[in-house]
Amino acid sequence: MYKIIEKRMVVPNIHSMKISAPAVAKKCLPGQFVIVMVDERGERIPLSIADWNREEGLITIVFMEVGSSTRKLAKLKEGDELFALAGPLGSPSEISRWGTVLCIGGCYGIGTIYPISRALKEEGNKVITLLEARSSFLLYWQDKLKLVSDELLLLTRDGTVGLKGHVTTAIKEIIEREKIDRVMVNGCTFLLMVASETTRPFGIKTVVSLNPIMIDGTGMCGVCRVSIAGKTKFACVDGPDFDGHEVDWETLLMRRSAYLKEELESLRFLQCEEIF
Amino acid sequence: MEEKNRAELDRIKLAAQEDWRKELKKKIPTKERMKIERIKMPEREPEERNQDFFEVNLGLSEEQAMEEARRCLDCPNPQCVLGCPVLIDIPSFIKLIEIGKFREAAKKIKETNSLPAVCGRVCPQELQCEAQCTVFKATGVSVAIGNLERFASDWERKSGLVEIPSIPPPTGKKVAVIGAGPAGLTLAGEMVKMGHQVTIFEALHYPGGVLVYGIPEFRLPKAIVYEEVDYLKRMGVEIITNFIVGKTATIDDLRKDGYDAFFIGSGAGLPMFMEVEGENLNGVYSANEYLTRINLMRGYDFPRYDTPVPRAKRVAVIGGGNVAMDCVRSAKRLGADWACIIYRRSKKEMPARIEEIKHAEEEGIEFIFLTAPVRLIGDEKGWVKEIECIKMELGEPDSSGRRRPIPVKGSEFRISVDLVVNAIGQRPNPLIPLTTQGLEIGKWGEIKVDWKTMATSLPGVYAGGDIVRGGATVILAMGDARVAARAMNDYLMNQS
Ligand SMILES: Cc1cc2nc3c(=O)[nH]c(=O)nc-3n(C[C@H](O)[C@H](O)[C@H](O)COP(=O)(O)OP(=O)(O)OC[C@H]3O[C@@H](n4cnc5c(N)ncnc54)[C@H](O)[C@@H]3O)c2cc1C
Ligand code: SF4
Repeated sequence: MYKIIEKRMVVPNIHSMKISAPAVAKKCLPGQFVIVMVDERGERIPLSIADWNREEGLITIVFMEVGSSTRKLAKLKEGDELFALAGPLGSPSEISRWGTVLCIGGCYGIGTIYPISRALKEEGNKVITLLEARSSFLLYWQDKLKLVSDELLLLTRDGTVGLKGHVTTAIKEIIEREKIDRVMVNGCTFLLMVASETTRPFGIKTVVSLNPIMIDGTGMCGVCRVSIAGKTKFACVDGPDFDGHEVDWETLLMRRSAYLKEELESLRFLQCEEIF
Repeated sequence: MEEKNRAELDRIKLAAQEDWRKELKKKIPTKERMKIERIKMPEREPEERNQDFFEVNLGLSEEQAMEEARRCLDCPNPQCVLGCPVLIDIPSFIKLIEIGKFREAAKKIKETNSLPAVCGRVCPQELQCEAQCTVFKATGVSVAIGNLERFASDWERKSGLVEIPSIPPPTGKKVAVIGAGPAGLTLAGEMVKMGHQVTIFEALHYPGGVLVYGIPEFRLPKAIVYEEVDYLKRMGVEIITNFIVGKTATIDDLRKDGYDAFFIGSGAGLPMFMEVEGENLNGVYSANEYLTRINLMRGYDFPRYDTPVPRAKRVAVIGGGNVAMDCVRSAKRLGADWACIIYRRSKKEMPARIEEIKHAEEEGIEFIFLTAPVRLIGDEKGWVKEIECIKMELGEPDSSGRRRPIPVKGSEFRISVDLVVNAIGQRPNPLIPLTTQGLEIGKWGEIKVDWKTMATSLPGVYAGGDIVRGGATVILAMGDARVAARAMNDYLMNQS
């Protein structure tokens, strides 16, 4: 069960994995995620589904090595099996013919924006995909994304490839250049927040894929609760997509940091285990 | 009383007329039996047990069990049986213990209860069988039916003599069970014993439902649940974990895959929130999250297990049920210097099992009654630091028959805390209702059933346990499953 068929380090610290999960592959839709447990002692962590092959029963996940769980996951090799994988979870992204859609991906979100760009394109939208990274060597999947976008824009902080500068300026330039009907953002919470704040004055609906801490992923524990337009919602069932202009970012960032101390302790423990 | 129940009761009465029972009854006069004192369940010292997660109760010895069994009068019209939602033949199994036939006693219980080691530990006996016991009515101290039930099933398990019942030839019918909690496990066991092919689909990575994610190790060791699950597997039940019905596949998908009947036992997984200011602060947990981290994910063994669980010094748990008791006693075990229960009514109204309240008190838990939280106050980093409460007084009884708490104006006060767990209740899990077309749902999100058969509004689809009752009990979930199993079997056998 849940065998790793292919594993790549797409850029330093970010990995892609093709996993055998026929039931999930059969059903999943853009914007959904799976809950993964590396081993029996592992945490349950949510990871967005970045691609799938229904016939072969495979799904692809893209993840960044941050804490001890993603680090353990990254240590697995092709042929290894995951202890648990459940999904597809969450409500799928709303895909419709909006007109011109700007899809923004950063970090692991470069991978997870892929099925969204693809679906929007198939639906007949004009898709502009903007990939954001610190430097050119941190970009990946450009070829894949080019195929599903009408226009693929690259943005690097240091200007080593594509546009140079910050995502706020890039978004503004695009919006001023042409009429954008909708914005979709995948990536770290900071990118989601900054992108939403940039589009707010323009009144363009901006959908972000939130990534709070989760355990069961089915609406049972409530750890992923977020405040949306003043109402408490569960990211795992009501989301993970929400209107970026309605998210209470402060609470979200605060809740994400709840386990920093334990995360460090866990990493230290893992390092010791690796040594001994 | 239902006809089926009356028949079972008649059978139970008849069994009491067997010669050995009559002989045994004569051996000790009723008066003498009533004089025997109830055997106290051996348990670990409070100061020792509140430091770890090992079981609190140690179980009766063989001699103790036989002595306790002597207290039972073997009444001609045993009222205890009527107090039991699954109608265990209580006098028969107790008398078998009295004569040392422990294995037979265990078998007797299993005729109607497939999870006796669990029920012996978690049933609210004081409200059920033991409340009806003649000895209780006469002396105020009931026969320890629950402790004896636990003894017999533990004895059988430890002896390694657990027998797999013979399974009739396959009927060719396929049954899909959604959720591996007490309801789903019970239904699976009943249906497989009737020769049907049974598959359980469970969303989490281990089967057991609340028994593994909610109720802590110190009250119900997980090993017991896994043995019960193993027993089902040996009878031929297939269990598929990490499968969320409604997401991984819907009931309609499964129907297309060839399943003939369905049982929904998806439980009451939706946490309720207090809806007070500050509920999203760090350090504020739903009971589900807190207990899942501790039990299912084994957070108490962090960092050997990866899931962290907060260790706090001053903990407040809101609520007065078993869930609240489990949370507060867990907090103590995780190193809290001070842990309290905040409950809006008084001790008398608390829905928790009496034993849990007693154990919590012994372990140093403080109880703050007639008090409700009004808001949670955080520090500058967004962590909860205080809880503001208001005093309550009891007014007229409400629809549940318990007296309604009313806030006392101007009685607000604050308690300093660094962790708050909200254990005010759960609602039925909404996933199946949301993804199953045509399923009739009640106003609390519960699945509507015909109580005589547990049939839902969809043909061939049955439901039971917390998904139809909201947060109830293990034994009621099992009782529902037994009713559903009978009806489902009729349904399947009348199908062409
Ligand atoms: C902390 C706590 C302490 C308790 N203490 C006691 C006690 O001492 N005595 C007592 O009698 N009762 C107690 N209860 C109540 C008792 O545990 C429940 O009433 C009982 O477990 C209900 O059984 P169930 O089978 O209906 O549901 P559950 O035990 O909740 O099982 C439901 C199962 O279904 C799974 N599921 C849900 N949705 C899906 C889906 N879509 N697809 C697949 N699987 C799904 C869930 O993951 C879960 O495993 C307690 C409850 C809690 C939370
Ligand atoms: S009512 Fe009490 S004394 Fe009588 S048979 Fe039942 S358990 Fe025994």
